[in-house]
Formats: sequence, structure tokens, C-alpha cells
Amino acid sequence: MTYVTKSPWVIHYDGSSCNGCDIEVLACLTPMYDVERFGIINTGNPKHADVFLVTGSINEQNISVVRQIYEQMPEPKVVVAIGICATSGGVFRECYNIKGGVDTVIPVDVYVPGCAARPEAIIDGVVKGLGVLAEKKAAMNSALTAVSETENAEMESEPPIEIQVFGSGEAPGKEAEHE
Amino acid sequence: MGKRTVIPFGPQHPVLPEPIHLDLVIEDETVVEAIPSIGFIHRGLEKLVEKNEWPEMVYVIERVCGICSFGHGWGYCKSVEGNLGITVPPRAEYLRTIWHELGRIHSHLLWLGLLADGFGFESLFMHTWRIRESVLDIFEETTGGRVIFSVCKVGGVRRDVSNEKLAEIAKMLDGIRKETEELSSVFLDDISVKNRLVGVGTLSEQEAIDLCAVGPVARGSGVNNDVRYDGHGAYPELGFEAILEDGGDCYARCKVRVREVFQSMDLIKKAIEIMPDGDIDIKIKGNPEGEFVGRMEQPRGEAYYYSKGDGSKFLKRMRVRTPTNANIPALVKTLQGCDLADVPMLVLTIDPCISCTER
Repeated sequence: MTYVTKSPWVIHYDGSSCNGCDIEVLACLTPMYDVERFGIINTGNPKHADVFLVTGSINEQNISVVRQIYEQMPEPKVVVAIGICATSGGVFRECYNIKGGVDTVIPVDVYVPGCAARPEAIIDGVVKGLGVLAEKKAAMNSALTAVSETENAEMESEPPIEIQVFGSGEAPGKEAEHE
Repeated sequence: MGKRTVIPFGPQHPVLPEPIHLDLVIEDETVVEAIPSIGFIHRGLEKLVEKNEWPEMVYVIERVCGICSFGHGWGYCKSVEGNLGITVPPRAEYLRTIWHELGRIHSHLLWLGLLADGFGFESLFMHTWRIRESVLDIFEETTGGRVIFSVCKVGGVRRDVSNEKLAEIAKMLDGIRKETEELSSVFLDDISVKNRLVGVGTLSEQEAIDLCAVGPVARGSGVNNDVRYDGHGAYPELGFEAILEDGGDCYARCKVRVREVFQSMDLIKKAIEIMPDGDIDIKIKGNPEGEFVGRMEQPRGEAYYYSKGDGSKFLKRMRVRTPTNANIPALVKTLQGCDLADVPMLVLTIDPCISCTER
């Protein structure tokens, strides 16, 4: 990928991580790595976010929180699992309260390994996620065009209703609705 | 009396890097009561002693918390070493002390940054974290890891640091000190920062004692309960004196931490000067048997490590009590009667480490 057309906003949630990956996520935003210069902002509001960064694994109590944040995010969205705990449970895999990686609850697009994941790896993962985001967006757009094309085709097959229109550029279907 | 409303705070909240949930009962704009609920990152890692042999358990205990990771590893090793009845070579103790104090600098700088972010001073946050990166560079050069570096083991440390490297670290610390001095004046003297911190969330000395507050929260109220006095590591030789403030408010807690950053730098430089040569670990025979309690002064306060062995490869029980856990009663107390807008400040000034608390 040579360039991105969008400045993605990220939201970060700490599943049950040890903080190591969380502070590395924050370190990505601060002057040493500084992804904010590309317009990548860590937002607290799921409805503003394109990329969901999850650190740590899933346990009984945070399932609903993770799912809620995911569902509130607008389409298209990408989930990046950061660190080995978010990927598979890692060192805590055998703990009684750990259910496993993030993919047991929500679909994950990119896995970033490491304990703790290094900022370089996190940035790489998010860049990879942006590729997925672009693909998802393209897929959504083509699906939309396909739907509108079939709709148009259906409308064209219907006999046109003859109504006097004064310079309006609206589609024939819309006018039928007005009727 | 106004109408009472309950406002949920967290678990996912912009000011918190970690999930904690508070139900804030408010009357107009004043908080009357705060009811914390925790458990969002409970993993149950103490139970892993039944599946991991005691030398391997160090890796798990280091992951109690990624910020004070080294200290947790050290605390566990100290507890098991007590059980085994062994004494660690002095050079290993000095190296541990140096890494632990570097960890304190990194943790306090991280917290100062989060505090700045909490009161909306974004550029101060960025600068504090920029300085923190130099400390992480020292970690990386000496241990290979940035935040979790598994360099502590039962009986000593895994890596030695050459004397030339140590001299280099002392030089790097001079640079970090100079940069931190510039920033500390903003934290301590800037009028807009003072407006947010002075007189907010006051905890009196008696309250701090009654509620068993630990670490900078207690020391900000004038209670000296620094565990570094109990003579572990190289602290007895370093001639150490705890930092106390008597304001008891957010400003006092902030000041304790700023002063501790400089104190840690002094301790490290002194340790480098008087560091003895010699082995960095000893060979261990046998398995831990009996009970032992080790205490550590983590950046957030006193942590407590209990281990019980029965002579087998697996410990019978391992228990960690972490400083944030001890400070939650103090937090709930200071939240009563504060303004709703000050809640993030108060939650931040106990330096909450939820993954420590819930393990």
C-alpha cells in the first residue's frame, strides 16, 4: 500500500491484558513513533472509530463490553488483536477466567504477536488493517452499486408514469413514490 | 437537597487506559457516593502455580502488570528465595535495584503524562512520554525488552551489565534529568495545572492511616510507609530517605511522584558508583518448603508476595496483594463530596493499575 486516502481513528479497549500492550499502543501515539502526524487519533467514542484495537484476552465479564464496542462502530470496521493474549490467551491461556483470544467473540482481521507487542509491530498491524479497511469499503461500495443497479433495472422495466415534471432531475421511481 | 442521579463511569472511558467501573451517585454536580465495581480484567493467575513450576512462574508473575513488571518479578523471587533460605549475590541485588528504580522513573513519567492528558494538557502529555522513551531505551539496551523483560530469576538475574555500560547509563540519566527538570516546573508551578490540582480530593493523614493507603497516596498525606526501609536490595547501602508531602491533595500526590523521579535518578547513580563486582546468580538446589512473605515498594506503593511450598516443584499457594487494591478505599473516600468534573483527576491521582488489582 503506497498511500491511504483516509485518516483512520482508532479506539482502544483493554480486555484483560497486563498493561504492557496498552502502554505500547499509547506509545505509538506519542512523539517517538507519532502516528498522529498521519491523522490517526485515539478516540474514546466507538461511533467515531474505524479501527478497534483490543489488547488482552476475553473473560466472562468483558465479553459484553467488547461486543458492545464492536457493534457500535460504523461499517466498514477493522479489528486488530494486539499481543499474544488477544491472539490466543498467551501466558494466561490456562487461567480459569480466560476464555481465549478476541476472535472467540468478534471477528478479528489482523493479529499482532508479541509480549508485549512492540510499537513498530502495532503500527505494522494497523497499516495492514487499513488495507483490509479499504477492501471492505470497496466491497461495500460495489455491493451498493449492485443493489442500486438492480433497483434501477427493475424501475426501468416498469412502464414510465407520465407526469409533468418541471426541470427536476429526480429518478422516475422517486416520482412514483410522491404520487 | 437536589435530585440524586447515578452516573456510570467506565469501564471503557477516554481517561482510563484500563477498565474500572464506578457508579457515581450525584446530587446536582457534587458526588455523594462512589461505588466501585471491579473484575473486568480478572485472569486468576495465582492459580497458575499449580500448572507452572516455581522457576517458570516468574514469567507469569511479571505479567501481573506491564508497568511495574520488573518489581513484580523481583517480589516473587524474593518470596521464593526466602522460602529456599538463599542469599542473592550483592551484584545481582544492585542490578535489581537499578532496574527497579528505572522502572519507577518510567512508571511515574507515564503517570505524569496520563495526568496531563486527564486535565487536557495534551502537549505536556506528549513531552512527558517523549522523555519516558529514553528510559525505555536504557531497558532495551540492558535487557532486550521495552516493558516486560524477564531478567529477574530466583537466585539472581539473567544478564550482567558491564561497568562501561553502567557509566553510559549514568550519563544518559543526566540528560533525562535535565529534560525532566524543565517539565517538572510545569507540573509544579504552572497556574492552570495548579488550578486543577491544589485542594482537590484532600485526604488527611489520619484518613490515610485509617484507610490503609499505601505509596505516593499515603506519602502525599504525610504518612511514611515506604517499604524500601525494610532493607532489601541495595537500599540500605544507598542511604535512602522517603519523600513526604503534607498537603494530602492531588497536588501533593503529584509532587511526591515528581520528586521521586529525581530521587530514583540519584539512587541509580549512587548504586552505579558503589556497585561491587562478582557473580550475578547462585545455583539453587532443592524446592521451596514452608511459607514466606516478601514486601516490595512498587511505584504505586507497597506490594505483598506470599508463597507457600511443600518441597515439590509446584508451589501450594501464591498470593499477591497490589498497591492499587489497597488504595481503592482511599479513592472512594476522596470521591465523596468532589465535583463531577474532578472525578477523572481523583481516579488518576491514586495511579490506578487495574491489571495489578485484579490479576
